[in-house]
Amino acid sequence: MIDYRTADPAKLMEAIPYCRHLGIVAAVEGGSLLLTMPFAQHLIGNPVLPALHGGVIGSLLETAAIAQVIFETRGARLPKPVDITVDYLRSGRAVDSYARARIARQGKRVVNVHAEMWQEDEAKPVANLRGHFLIS
Amino acid sequence: MSDAPEWLKHAKQHMNLTPYLAGIGGEIMDIGTPARARVPYSEKLIGDPETGVVHGGVITGLLDHTSGLAVMVKLREPMPIATLDLRIDYMRPAKPHQDIIAECECVRVTHEVAFVRGTAHQGDANDPIALCTGAFMIIRGGVHGIPVTPA
Repeated sequence: MIDYRTADPAKLMEAIPYCRHLGIVAAVEGGSLLLTMPFAQHLIGNPVLPALHGGVIGSLLETAAIAQVIFETRGARLPKPVDITVDYLRSGRAVDSYARARIARQGKRVVNVHAEMWQEDEAKPVANLRGHFLIS
Repeated sequence: MSDAPEWLKHAKQHMNLTPYLAGIGGEIMDIGTPARARVPYSEKLIGDPETGVVHGGVITGLLDHTSGLAVMVKLREPMPIATLDLRIDYMRPAKPHQDIIAECECVRVTHEVAFVRGTAHQGDANDPIALCTGAFMIIRGGVHGIPVTPA
């Protein structure tokens, strides 16, 4: 059993099989979490370019959003996604990726979260996400 | 689909071998209207270790992949495409130990952009797990490294 009220973000990523599959690691940096997804061959969506799969980028952003909500709200349950919108700004290259999220608005039951993913340069985001998550 | 053009059959094979799709154990079912792909349930897809519910990112990934395929179905020749945006509405958690099927349809292709609607379900399309809306750029000039058949 995972206690989301006290769970360490780094250990949480290890406890979630799909995050382990993607190789996502989390570290606390200042007041927020920094997620890192080292490049791996199985993250590729277009081998010709090569480019990361759009689904991998969406997965990293959604994970960043969920992890930040757990870290900040410390509810008893895993936040449940209601909807997400991912905007793809540039192609995700075959290098390491990073993501960070912030809560734009926290209500009693629902939070609005914005997340951003980048690679070599944080000023040049690869994609961003806006989403709503149910909390308890 | 036996009546699909050769290049589209080739694209299907290519899209089936995508490392990400292969890595999650997914496969393309149909290149038609709708385009369909599925991912069987497996332990590595779990996003909630307590319930065994699959991570939302798996559904996003499958819908993105199937949406791209749906765009290709509507093109007359092979052209690189890129996801502009994708919205996913999660209707309900996916039931553990059941396949997830994505069905997507490209509703409109303009010169530059294609618009897609899709559904993810577990066998009954009337009981969806998620709905998606996406827009894709059609890169008619091609991008370096990708040969494009001249019009």
